[in-house]
Amino acid sequence: MTHKTIRLGGLSRVEGEGALLVRARDGVVTDLQLKIYEPPRFFEALLRGRSYEEPPDITARICGICPVAYQMSACQAIESAFGVEVTGPLRDLRLLLYYGEWIESHALHIFLLHAPDFLGYESGVAMAADHRDHLERGLALKKAGNELVATLGGRAIHPVNVRVGGFYRVPRPRELAPLAEGLRRAREHALDTVRWVAGFDFPDIEHDYRFLALRHPGEYAILSGSPAVSDGTAFPVTDWPAHVVEEQVPRSTALHARLDGTGGYLTGALARYALNSERLSPLARSAAREAGLGPICRNPFRSIVVRAVEVVHACDEALRIIEGYTEPDVPAVPVDPVAGVGHGASEAPRGTLYHRYRVDEAGLIAEADIVPPTAQNQVRIEMDLRALIEPHLDLPQAELAALCERAVRNHDPCISCSAHFLELRLDAR
Amino acid sequence: MRGRTVVIGLGGDARGDDAAGLEVVRSLRGTLPSSVVLTESSGDPMQVVTAWSGADLAIVIDAASSGAAPGTVHRDARPRATAWRRSSHALGLADAIALGKALDRLPGELLVFGIEGGDFGLDAPVTPPVRAAIRETADAIRQRLG
Repeated sequence: MTHKTIRLGGLSRVEGEGALLVRARDGVVTDLQLKIYEPPRFFEALLRGRSYEEPPDITARICGICPVAYQMSACQAIESAFGVEVTGPLRDLRLLLYYGEWIESHALHIFLLHAPDFLGYESGVAMAADHRDHLERGLALKKAGNELVATLGGRAIHPVNVRVGGFYRVPRPRELAPLAEGLRRAREHALDTVRWVAGFDFPDIEHDYRFLALRHPGEYAILSGSPAVSDGTAFPVTDWPAHVVEEQVPRSTALHARLDGTGGYLTGALARYALNSERLSPLARSAAREAGLGPICRNPFRSIVVRAVEVVHACDEALRIIEGYTEPDVPAVPVDPVAGVGHGASEAPRGTLYHRYRVDEAGLIAEADIVPPTAQNQVRIEMDLRALIEPHLDLPQAELAALCERAVRNHDPCISCSAHFLELRLDAR
Repeated sequence: MRGRTVVIGLGGDARGDDAAGLEVVRSLRGTLPSSVVLTESSGDPMQVVTAWSGADLAIVIDAASSGAAPGTVHRDARPRATAWRRSSHALGLADAIALGKALDRLPGELLVFGIEGGDFGLDAPVTPPVRAAIRETADAIRQRLG
């Protein structure tokens, strides 16, 4: 029996670094560990003893790509502890900020990280020279998203204008009006992007996913909603700890999430689409139809099409909010801290992001719990990889590595707080 | 000074000295001619390329990890794809330069400052030698643009 351990180049096009270890014996994968994510336990500890006002800014630093998601889940968790609800134009402004982040994050993933997989390039940069028109469209989309985040968030990265109860400062209608023009163009670019990515050649692979995403009665849930599962169950955010349990497993530093006792569910673009596609804006719905997406998409490679559809929706809804905007009377609703526990969840670009805080009578954080989407998807991504690798163990190493990289990138994992460099170690006998 | 100028700070606030570039830009706010555009970025190449598109001069400040003493300011540094920048992301300035080249969107002149970091630990404070380097770099930029 021969034994080989081969080290292969990193998963360069996921946000951050990580490692994949595969062990196979006689054509069967016996062990597979993906080490892509360091859960934000450090931040949970850091938050203890801090004022209730601090989690939005502190947790925003966990991710350079989706700080708004962290801010929105944090704010809503603390507001729920205090019995505060942010509604009307203040909620619209939060949505607007969040749509900006979605457009930016999805554009990065679609154009620079995911599309090269389908067009046979090593990287987005290598692809750029041959596909300038597409990349230019990506830049225009990024710019529209960036302007929303900078205008609402106070600056382009790590927004500083968000607070529990609302904002420090709200924009005047004349500050938002100029953004509309850029968004109208961005919406056209987004529609073109859906047509472009829908024409890619997709591997014929479907998985029997168990999806989890927030669901909202009136919108394609991004900012808030109740967790819903594709098996038909649903529960309020306050019941999250009873349904989703993270546990330590041997030989891994990552926590593995289980939903109602079973691991391996999926959150993110495919889950949102499967559970909420009828709530997409009419334009996004028709783009999805034209792109050949049914009501549910189980092919992870096609998630690039779903993300493009979500960009259409984000542009469309952002425009609707700007056109109907009236300036709120106050930038934030009053907040009176009381002792209690609060739960908040929102749909980060990569999936459901849950926060829970216990606040004491002095308004200080006594406990913090953050469950990010990539930690939830970890087991499911490993299942995707196992299914993909086993029939292809005879492939040349480089080809197998490329296939694994694609399978991971399909789920746009956010691993930016990880300090590892990704490498693939395959031990096959 | 003539033409359009942008100053772009790259980095992340959560990882100690990785915030050096961002801190330089923050300390420059309100001290430069109003025509100079100041931008902070996590290093996303698409964002960086957009920020410097059409600029006659782009000054970029990023944290560096080359083995030099912490606080060393590398002037007119040229990043290598992986070794130069200790980034919390896989993508960085080297990718932005390559992307700018491919799309014909490089600034007329690109001036890069690399600030050698000492501690990139989660939530580590910016270290004293890097604080000094931030002031030194901001002074150099003010001198160039003032």
